[in-house]
Amino acid sequence: MSEIDLVRAGIEGLLRDHPPATTARREFLAAQYDAGLAWVHFPVGLGGLGVAPQLQREVVVRLAEAGAPDGAATNRLGYAMGAPTLVAWGERVQQERYLRPLFVGDERWCQLFSEPGAGSDLAGLTTRAVRDGDDWIVDGQKVWSSMATISDVGMLVVRTDPELPKHQGLTYFLLDMRSPGVDVRPLRQMTGEAEFNEVYLTGVRVPDAARIGAPGAGWKVAMTTLMEERVLFNRQRDEKGPAELALELYHRRERDAELRTRMIELWVRARVQRLNTVRAAANRTAGIPGPEGSIGKLVYAELNQDALELCLDLLGDESLLYDSYEPVAYTEAALAAQGESDLRRRFLRSRAQTIEGGTSEIMRTILADRVLGLPPEPRGDKHLPFSRIPRG
Amino acid sequence: MSSNEARDDLRRVVRGLLERRSTEADVRRLSEDPAGYDRDLWSVMADQLGLQAMAIPEAHGGAGFGYEDLCVVFEEMGRALLPSPFFATVALAANVLQHSGDEVACTRYLPEIATGGLVATLALGEQDGGWDASAVRMRAEPAGAGWTLSGVKRFVPAAHVADLLLVVAHTADGLSLFAVEPGAAGCTVEVELTLDLTRPLSRVVLDRVPAVLIGRSGQAWDGVRRALRLAAVALAAEQVGGAQRVLEMTVAYAKVRHQFGRPIGSFQAVKHKLADMLVAIESARSAAQDAARAAAEDDPEFELAASVAKAVCSDTCTRAAATAIQLHGGIGFTWEHPVQLYYKRAKSSEFLLGTPGHHRGLVGRAIGI
Ligand SMILES: Cc1cc2nc3c(=O)[nH]c(=O)nc-3n(C[C@H](O)[C@H](O)[C@H](O)COP(=O)(O)OP(=O)(O)OC[C@H]3O[C@@H](n4cnc5c(N)ncnc54)[C@H](O)[C@@H]3O)c2cc1C
Ligand SMILES: Cc1cc2nc3c(=O)[nH]c(=O)nc-3n(C[C@H](O)[C@H](O)[C@H](O)COP(=O)(O)OP(=O)(O)OC[C@H]3O[C@@H](n4cnc5c(N)ncnc54)[C@H](O)[C@@H]3O)c2cc1C
Repeated sequence: MSEIDLVRAGIEGLLRDHPPATTARREFLAAQYDAGLAWVHFPVGLGGLGVAPQLQREVVVRLAEAGAPDGAATNRLGYAMGAPTLVAWGERVQQERYLRPLFVGDERWCQLFSEPGAGSDLAGLTTRAVRDGDDWIVDGQKVWSSMATISDVGMLVVRTDPELPKHQGLTYFLLDMRSPGVDVRPLRQMTGEAEFNEVYLTGVRVPDAARIGAPGAGWKVAMTTLMEERVLFNRQRDEKGPAELALELYHRRERDAELRTRMIELWVRARVQRLNTVRAAANRTAGIPGPEGSIGKLVYAELNQDALELCLDLLGDESLLYDSYEPVAYTEAALAAQGESDLRRRFLRSRAQTIEGGTSEIMRTILADRVLGLPPEPRGDKHLPFSRIPRG
Repeated sequence: MSSNEARDDLRRVVRGLLERRSTEADVRRLSEDPAGYDRDLWSVMADQLGLQAMAIPEAHGGAGFGYEDLCVVFEEMGRALLPSPFFATVALAANVLQHSGDEVACTRYLPEIATGGLVATLALGEQDGGWDASAVRMRAEPAGAGWTLSGVKRFVPAAHVADLLLVVAHTADGLSLFAVEPGAAGCTVEVELTLDLTRPLSRVVLDRVPAVLIGRSGQAWDGVRRALRLAAVALAAEQVGGAQRVLEMTVAYAKVRHQFGRPIGSFQAVKHKLADMLVAIESARSAAQDAARAAAEDDPEFELAASVAKAVCSDTCTRAAATAIQLHGGIGFTWEHPVQLYYKRAKSSEFLLGTPGHHRGLVGRAIGI
């Protein structure tokens, strides 16, 4: 059987044996995982069928038509970033321990990478982990950790050897967010709500069994997560695109030459962005996306910002108002309502898109260095032991 | 042909030929040559690679390949800045004929185009230029069983070397298409001095020149418009090829040129300009490939896809060449450096077949605004 027939047969079998209308969410997702349709390109037995990653699209489209639940929707970071990292770097026991609960919705994941002193310069992070028998003791602070309040597992990068150069002394763990010493404090953002958080880690015990990759291999493991993150941002497009929203608003307004020009330009950009995404997906043969994933992230972020700005301009004086600045914390309900949220909120939220998941400046540098092969900027921090790099 | 591997092979073969036969020195020599193209290379393209025949249907002596394959050829020609009547003959004239609905004309001319035996072009715009129906004011006069044409056509590519001019003019029924032999009495072709010396354009003066009606009187515009869009897709592919070449040229320079003790490509101001160029070119490539696909599949959205591609690829190619000049510093401003040739080709190609603004206007109409 060809790969596509294998996937199609799996989908039809799943829908026949577990009709979405009469099957509970968790039960359906568990069956989907067992059928190898959670991530079709993953190995058999780990939610996959070992086929080409593009074929996941068959699953997504067909299950959405059939009204099936979406295992990715409420656990995007786990689904799109955590799981591929685990498959690339984890031990089989770890993969078996984490993948199923992640997919069926038992465990939500968050990302504990950024720190107050280490954003774009992720390898400059200072949260420490010290070995203690079968455990590691973690001390430090993470920040901007989205959805940490409602998460069960944290993708955590820490420094385990400050005497090595900065990229070499890092190690990657999966942190149980309920561990003693983990203190999550919501941070209010410009939209009013608190999607991201500070995470204080004080004497937190993490078993060595939760380490992903070798001690000191944390940078490479983290790179896998970040490569997937870029593609994730590019892929979030189930909600109505802001260019379409702008066009709907445009039809409700009087004609105006300046807005017409902007509307058309934006519509063209949005169309080309979609074509880029389709072409990139068709070209993606390897499991982990390459540095060219930065193209999609960059284009999508800037397009969205401009589109939402146009939406507000088309909305006219209604843009002077806002629906609510109540500092609501992130909950299941808030997540579910995310798709329909107010245009003005989306407009404000879009400012984050050129920052989160690597800033647009960093994306441009990656494209220049990794895709075009330009010489790196000279830097003084790369080869020194981390402990000797000046900070502050 | 159609698979990606086959298309890669085609690209390799065409690139190999043009790297040997359309070097920068060749391009410069031909831009001062009265014919403006290499007749021997034209024959090699026809006899050995069958490029002129590619997208012509087998029934008319062609090879019947899809438009996507032909666009690979145009992309490589844009990359090599090939001076050739290939664009006028294959992208303009052959498409106009194929959409003229005139079987006799197709049978007479397409096989000759396919073998490389006929250079042809389209004469559309007049004194004020333009690439749509409103550009045409010329009236055809009935003369016995046939017609005569009088007036001036401008910006006609390859007219000075053409064996056949396809001229659009009004009859009492509306816009119509005519075949004119440039050698006929009363027809004068004057090559103009062009911004882009690699693509000569002519002023064609017609004074009671005998003309043969192609297709039905007054029924030409739908076919001509379709052909103009197909030609725009070919031009978009050419622009992607040119833009990609200037990017490569500039990246290579930025790696070796040292200032302040380091390669200029290590300065972030330079890196980020090149990254933006890469992103724009990849986006333009997506638009061009989609339009070629839409042409091949006869997609109902074809004309929209063509306008998107023409607008995006024109803008991208000009911006890329301009940035390339900037990043080369003083040397980029010299006559000796090839980047100026690409810049001139890019800016001129913006106007050919309608500016980006014109095509964005068409997109606006297509989406109902
Ligand atoms: C809404 C939101 C959600 C987030 N969620 C998470 C999360 O879940 N988990 C997580 O770990 N992180 C998360 N982040 C953090 C995000 O990854 C960082 O904000 C980002 O990497 C930038 O780091 P920084 O904020 O420290 O800015 P800085 O790195 O201090 O950058 C400040 C400015 O300087 C520029 N800059 C820095 N270095 C360079 C350079 N070398 N060249 C050119 N310009 C440079 C940047 O582009 C930026 O414009 C989130 C951020 C936001 C806004
Ligand atoms: C029309 C013209 C007239 C001129 N007349 C004179 C004159 O009368 N007298 C005279 O002395 N000179 C003259 N010049 C030379 C001019 O000053 C130089 O061309 C200019 O300084 C750029 O140097 P360059 O050509 O060597 O390019 P480079 O210095 O090699 O620069 C190439 C590219 O790299 C960029 N770049 C270089 N270093 C950096 C950096 N640190 N950060 C970011 N980007 C960088 C540049 O901006 C440029 O885009 C003239 C140049 C021109 C084009």
